[in-house]
Amino acid sequence: MDADVLSLRSLKKGQKGIIRTIDADGELGRRIRDMGLVPGIQIQCMGRAPLKDPVALRLMGFTLTLRNREADHINVQV
Amino acid sequence: MQKDFSNIAIAGNPNSGKTTAFNRYTGARQHVGNYPGITVEKKEGIAHLDGIEVTLVDLPGTYSLTAYSMEEVVARRVLSEEHPGAVIDVVNSGVLERNLYLSVQLMELGMPIVLALNMMDEAKSKGVHINTERLAELTGLKCVPMIARKGEGLDDALRAAVELAKETGGRVAPLEISYGTDIDLCLKEMVPLIEEAQLLTKYYPARWVAMKFLERDEEITDRAAKLNPELAAKLQAKTETLTSHLQKTAKTYPEALIADYRYGWISSILKNGVMKGADDISHEDRVAFSDKADRILTDVVMGPVILFTVLYLMYYVTIEVGAIPNEWLSGFFDWLGGTVGDLMGDGPLKSLVTDGVIAGVGGVLGFVPLIMIMFLFIAVLEDSGYMARVAYIMDRVFRFFGLHGASIMPFIISGGIAGGCAVPGVMATRTLRSPKERLATILTVPFMTCGAKIPVFLLLVNIFFEHNRPLIMFCITLAGWAAALLVARLLRSTLIRGVPTPFVMELPPYRYPTFSGVVIHTWERTWQYIKKAGTVILAISILIWAAMTFPSPPAEVEEQFEVNKAAIEERQATGALTEEEAEEQLTELENSDLQQHLLNSFAGRLGTAMETITSPAGFDWRTNIALIGGIAAKEVVISTLGTAYSLGSIDEEDVSLADSIRNDPHWSLATGVALMVFTLLYSPCFVTLMVIKQETAKWRWLFFSLFFNLAFAYVLSVIAFQLLK
Repeated sequence: MDADVLSLRSLKKGQKGIIRTIDADGELGRRIRDMGLVPGIQIQCMGRAPLKDPVALRLMGFTLTLRNREADHINVQV
Repeated sequence: MQKDFSNIAIAGNPNSGKTTAFNRYTGARQHVGNYPGITVEKKEGIAHLDGIEVTLVDLPGTYSLTAYSMEEVVARRVLSEEHPGAVIDVVNSGVLERNLYLSVQLMELGMPIVLALNMMDEAKSKGVHINTERLAELTGLKCVPMIARKGEGLDDALRAAVELAKETGGRVAPLEISYGTDIDLCLKEMVPLIEEAQLLTKYYPARWVAMKFLERDEEITDRAAKLNPELAAKLQAKTETLTSHLQKTAKTYPEALIADYRYGWISSILKNGVMKGADDISHEDRVAFSDKADRILTDVVMGPVILFTVLYLMYYVTIEVGAIPNEWLSGFFDWLGGTVGDLMGDGPLKSLVTDGVIAGVGGVLGFVPLIMIMFLFIAVLEDSGYMARVAYIMDRVFRFFGLHGASIMPFIISGGIAGGCAVPGVMATRTLRSPKERLATILTVPFMTCGAKIPVFLLLVNIFFEHNRPLIMFCITLAGWAAALLVARLLRSTLIRGVPTPFVMELPPYRYPTFSGVVIHTWERTWQYIKKAGTVILAISILIWAAMTFPSPPAEVEEQFEVNKAAIEERQATGALTEEEAEEQLTELENSDLQQHLLNSFAGRLGTAMETITSPAGFDWRTNIALIGGIAAKEVVISTLGTAYSLGSIDEEDVSLADSIRNDPHWSLATGVALMVFTLLYSPCFVTLMVIKQETAKWRWLFFSLFFNLAFAYVLSVIAFQLLK
């Protein structure tokens, strides 16, 4: 994997990136795609909940939150 | 197949303003029901347009039309089977790209669509410009700008939809976009087979059915397998071949590719002169305000502090302010019972009307103010966008117990801070969109210290823990939390097992809730409670009343009572007793008569018979009867205990019951603790049980709550008693 591609979990607050791959299938995969998380989309990390999980993302003009375990399936190029 | 096309459906994402539009169209002319067997609300209403009436169906808010959530299944069924003439697809113009994902799927389904571009004002202030004509040209859809909150564009959209319904008869040629060579080829093979066998084509376009096979959509594949197992197997085989091919060549799944191509289609249209100014994802006005607010409201320290303050205030107002109209209502019903009772002769009929019917209906209606206030708050918190933040902040904690961040609300309302009520608590779980987490929440909120259990705790704490009252009361509340969370954890790894529902949730920008939206929400939910709970609970209160009244004691007992009464009256008449002494003796006599009645009733006999089972927990027949009565309503526990000690009717401030218990050699610290444990954990009251049935749409969970909680409470109170004895 390229050096600048990392798991969404490790994205820091304020950091921007482009989704490269999503390796989730089934219900999780579908939920993620339904909410607009597909390869090629630009996202920005808006912060994390007080207990460091879930994470809040900005994409397509809205804010989305997901848990770290879901974020693990998404790889981002920063 | 094609019936009447006068219905117009309203579809859209959550937070797209769809409900605001529906409320604007129909005002109070709404009918809310549930779809049979599931808990998704079904809303219909009548709108007036140019002098005609149009029936509107409000579809549940969904991001997609897959079959993973109940909302999506319902939306799809209404579209295909109830067959509306046209669909008004309400989209949030500021988040057009994602909102169009649902529109594409509606088009694939062959629905005639009017695209209502809502929140055009917000989009403009964000710097997003949408060329409506260009969008209409490229998609072939009628596009109408709308600002639902201000009522702008509503009539235009509805007029367009009605015309569209007339023109199209409720169906148009489904949108067929390319999903890449591999999938397109596979679809081309599948479609003729589906058409030939007419597999589900009565409801859906053939290509759509084929796509659902590729997307592994179980609702459709299961139905297909039942109708035509042979063909379904064939289509399944083709899907598998394609899937393994895509896995080998591109490490992807057909459903992922289909989604990619849908977004690709949307993006190509938006970039083709439709949308300008949305490139920079962080330069936005309202969102910028929300971001600033979130910096404080979801802050590591301030976030939880504000959250608990808001929850506490909400709880406080619900319970404290709700108690005022609650008192008026119970005062009114006491008065009504007294007045009606005075008009009727003594006897079972009077008792039925006053103690059974009026007390029962009063009990149900007594909850109405609480429920209204609670729903009012929830509507405000939801519509303002804060509820999503609550779930976001609390999720990490609740997830550990197999619940969801949004579970905190029902827990607090049910008595997470002592003194709530599980009835509105169970109903508050409607805000949870994850079915397993929601069910686990519903089944565990009754363990909280609701307001009706508190008098029992106060009584026992006063007797057995005179010096540590606040501490022990606090420990009871904590014990409620511990029991609820641990049972939730247990349920989620046994009966409601399964991986957590993915937590992929939108944080909508903060908005002022609209007055009409909040009022309509509150009223329709309250009315639903009154209607549904009212009828059944009335019947059950009569049943409980009968169990505690019949059969009457044998005639000798009654005769003896009359003889004794006459004797006292005579001694008063002859001057052997003063008036005061006579009154005292009469009261004593009447109380002992009441005790006899209770002891002789079904409930009394059951309580006595159960002594053998309950003695390991230290409960005698008096406690047993009180606890049986408590299943009707927890408030009854104390008053029944009073009757069983032949004290007449009493309340928790009455010292006589505490004295009776203190002086009763049967009672010890162990008995007191065991009874507190049992009261905290045992079966929810009947109103709660009915609401559990209503909210889960299954009798199974009502009986589970009744019997599991009884067993759970029994085991723990036996342990407590045996350890402390």
